[in-house]
Amino acid sequence: MSREKKVFPTLTNDVNWHDITEGGMIPWAGNAQMYETGSWRSMIPVWNKEKCKNCLMCFYVCPDSSIYKTDEPRMDGIDFDHCKGCGVCVKCCKFGALDFVEEQK
Amino acid sequence: MAIRERMSGNEAFAVAMKQINPAVVAAFPITPSTEVPQYFSTYVADGLVDTEFVAVESEHSAMSACIGAQAAGGRAMTATSANGLALMWECLYIAAASRLPVVLACVNRTLSGPLNIHNDHSDSMGARDSGWIQLYSENNQEAYDNMLMAHRIGEHKTVNLPVMVCQDGFITSHAIENIDLLEDDKVKAFVGDYEPEFYLLNRNTPIAIGPLDHFTHCFEHKRQQAQAMMNAKEIILQVSKEFEAITGRKYELFEEYIAEGAEGAEVCVVLLNSTAGTAKYVAAQYAAQGKKVAIIKPRVFRPFPVDEMAAALSKYKVVAIMDKADSFNAAGGPLFTDVTSAMYASKVFDPKVINYIYGLGGRDVRTTDIAKVFDEVLEVVNTGEVKSVYNYLGVRE
Amino acid sequence: MPFNMKEAAKKTDRLTGGHRMCAGCGAPPVVRQILRAIKPEDHAIIGAATGCLEVSTFLYPFTAWTDSFIHNAFENSAVTIAGAESAYKFMKKTGKLNGDTKLIAFGGDGGTYDIGLQALSGAMERGHDMVYVCYDNGAYMNTGTQRSSATPKFADSTTSPAGSVIPGKMQWRKDLTEIIANHNVPYAAQTAMITKNMKDLYNKAETAIYTEGPAFINVLAPCPRGWQYSTPDLMEINELAVDSCFWPLYEVINGIHVVNYIPKVKVPVRDFLIRQGRFKHLFKKGNEWMIDEIQKEVDARWEKLLKLAEFGAEKLAKTEA
Repeated sequence: MSREKKVFPTLTNDVNWHDITEGGMIPWAGNAQMYETGSWRSMIPVWNKEKCKNCLMCFYVCPDSSIYKTDEPRMDGIDFDHCKGCGVCVKCCKFGALDFVEEQK
Repeated sequence: MAIRERMSGNEAFAVAMKQINPAVVAAFPITPSTEVPQYFSTYVADGLVDTEFVAVESEHSAMSACIGAQAAGGRAMTATSANGLALMWECLYIAAASRLPVVLACVNRTLSGPLNIHNDHSDSMGARDSGWIQLYSENNQEAYDNMLMAHRIGEHKTVNLPVMVCQDGFITSHAIENIDLLEDDKVKAFVGDYEPEFYLLNRNTPIAIGPLDHFTHCFEHKRQQAQAMMNAKEIILQVSKEFEAITGRKYELFEEYIAEGAEGAEVCVVLLNSTAGTAKYVAAQYAAQGKKVAIIKPRVFRPFPVDEMAAALSKYKVVAIMDKADSFNAAGGPLFTDVTSAMYASKVFDPKVINYIYGLGGRDVRTTDIAKVFDEVLEVVNTGEVKSVYNYLGVRE
Repeated sequence: MPFNMKEAAKKTDRLTGGHRMCAGCGAPPVVRQILRAIKPEDHAIIGAATGCLEVSTFLYPFTAWTDSFIHNAFENSAVTIAGAESAYKFMKKTGKLNGDTKLIAFGGDGGTYDIGLQALSGAMERGHDMVYVCYDNGAYMNTGTQRSSATPKFADSTTSPAGSVIPGKMQWRKDLTEIIANHNVPYAAQTAMITKNMKDLYNKAETAIYTEGPAFINVLAPCPRGWQYSTPDLMEINELAVDSCFWPLYEVINGIHVVNYIPKVKVPVRDFLIRQGRFKHLFKKGNEWMIDEIQKEVDARWEKLLKLAEFGAEKLAKTEA
C-alpha cells in the first residue's frame, strides 16, 4: 500500500438514520484503509534493510497489502497500521531480511 | 390519441415492458406468467428493444441478475408467479433493502403445495413483508397502466424501492380484453430515463453495495427503509395524477365503487383484483333491487394506506373483507388483517368486520358466491351479529 | 502483458489493507494478484458471494475494494455479476458508457461448488463476458469449517468430524474445474500462488480477464484456521499442494487441456497432509490405508489430467495442421 493513505469521510457508530448511507451503499471505495488492524498483532516482522534484495516477494504474499514499496519498485518497509503479524512474509523471504519477534507493546 | 387494441393481460404487461425498453430483463418461465418473457423475447429477437434478455436458469437467478443489473445502473425487470416468486424470496428482501427499484410483473398464482397453476394471491401476499411496493390490477388495462407507472414510483429519490405489479393468473393474464395503449413516445416521455446517483458502472465514483451490516448500523438502515415505504404513498398519488393528465384514467390508493342507487350503503366489501370486477357487477345488480353494497378495491397494498382506508371504512356498519389467500394464522387472511388493524389503529371501532377466504387454488368465484356474501353481510346489519369472523366461501362443506 | 515481478508490483493494489480476513489467510494474496492483472485504465466491478472474503472486505461502513463491489447473497455471485454484465452490455450498446469495465465474481468453494453451482453453471453456459474466481479453501470456513464438496477425503471438518467410527469426510472432492471446462467456456484454469512460479496465477488471471466470454479460475486458498497449520507456512502449504499434484496447475483453453507445471520431484501427498491438523488422525497407527487411498486417487487424477493434456495437444496439432 502507499504510505500516503487516502482520507475518506467517516461514519461513526452513532450515526443516525437520516445521515447513514442509503441501503448500506458506500461510495468511498477503498476506505477500509482507515480501519487499523495492526492491533491484532502479537508477533511482528522486523525488516533488515541491508539483507533485503528487493525481490518483492513479501509484497506479493502479504494478505494485508502491508508492504510499502517505492515507485521503482523497491521494498520500503511495513505498514504497521495494518500488519497483522501473520509471518507469511518472514517465511517467504529467501534472504533472511525479515525477522519475526514478539512485539513489545 | 390512445391506441385501441385488444390483448391478454400478459401481453399488456409485455407491451408495457417493450415500451419501457429496460436495460435488462432476466426471467425464468412459470405458468401463468410464462408468456410475458416469451412475448418479450420476440421483441428482442426482432430488434424492437435494446434490452439484454437473460434467460436465467431459475427465478432466484432472475432476481439476482436484476439486482446486479439495477445496481450496475440499468433498469431491470422480470416476471414470475407462485413458486417462482417464492424461489426468489431472499432476493426480494435484498433488492428492497439495497434500495434498488427493480420492477416485477407478478401474475398471481397459488403457491404450492399442493401444486396448482391457478389464481389466488398467496404468492404476492407471501411477499408482503419483503419491502416491495405492491400494486394490484383488476384487469389488463390496470395491469398495463400500473406497469407504466411503476418506475416513476420506485425510482423517485425519496423512495428507491422495488415495485411489484400484480394481476390474476389466467383470469386476466390469459383473457383478451380491450385496452387503450399509450404511444411509444408518450411512454418514453412519461417514464423517462433511469439516472441513479450511485451505480456500479460509475468509474468516477466506484461504490460498494451489500455490506455485512452489524447491529451498530443495521437498525438505522431498516428505519431508513421504513421511511422510504412511508414516502411511497405520496409519490404514488403524484405519479398517478400525472398519469391521469396524460391518459384521462384516474388511479388512487384504492377504488371505492358505489353503484348507481347504492348511495348511502351501510355495508362495504373489500377485495382485490379481478374478483372486484365481478363484485362491482353484482353490486350494480343489487343496487337496482334497492340493496346497497359498496365495494372497495385496493390498488396499493404496500404501502398500506392506513389513514385513507380507515377513513373510507368508518362510514360503514359492516365491512366484509374477502381474501384470495390465507395466512393460516387461524384468524383471518392478509387483507383482513391489514384492513382491520388499520381501522382499529385509526380508532374506527364501530364497523363490524367479517372475513371470507375465497377462490384458493383457482376455485371459480361466481356472481352467486358474491351474492351470498352480500346477503350475509346485509343480514348482519339487521341482526347486528357476526356469527363467525373467519370464513371459507365456496368450499364444499 | 505476461508477468514480470517488478513490473506488476508497480500497479496500485485494488484490495487495500484494513480488511478483517484472518492473519495469514490464503485468500487475499491471491485476490490481490488476480486484481493486479487488470489494466490500470480498466474499471472493474467485483462481486463476491457471502463468505470469508465478502464479510471481511465489506463490513459496513468499510470497503477494502477500490473498484465497485457488489454482494448479493450466498449462492448468486455468478449471476449477480452476469446481471451487471448485461446492464454493461446495454449501456455500451446504447452509448451511455465510455471505457471498459471488467466483471469479476468471487466465491469460496461453499458458494461455488455447492450452493452456488447452479448460478455459476447458468452464467458460464449463457456466455456472459465475465470471470468467475473460486477461492478454494476446502470447506465452509466462514461459518466454522463445515464440509463442502471441495473438502478433501478424510479431512476433519465440523460436519464431517474424524470420529471413532467415521474418520472424517468420506467422499472424494468434486472436480469443479473439469465441470466448468465441460461447459465449453473459452477459458478455465486451476492455479495457486507458489513462490517458485509466481507467473502462473497472474498470467491465468490476465488471460481470464481479457478473454472474451466466460472464464473460470479455481485458485487454492489455504486456511490456517480450518486446515490447522502454522500460520506463517502459507506459501509452503501452497507449494506442497502443487508439488504433490493434489492441486495441479493447468488450463483448458477452448477445450484443450494444458498442464502448466510438472513438478521436478513429485512429492508424496503424505508430506502435504502431515502439515495439517485436519489430517492428524491419518497418522494414527492403523490409519495408513487412508493416506494410501489418497495417494492412489491423487495419482489417478494426475494421470488422467496428463492424458487429457496429451489428447489436447494431439487435437491442437490436428487442427493446426
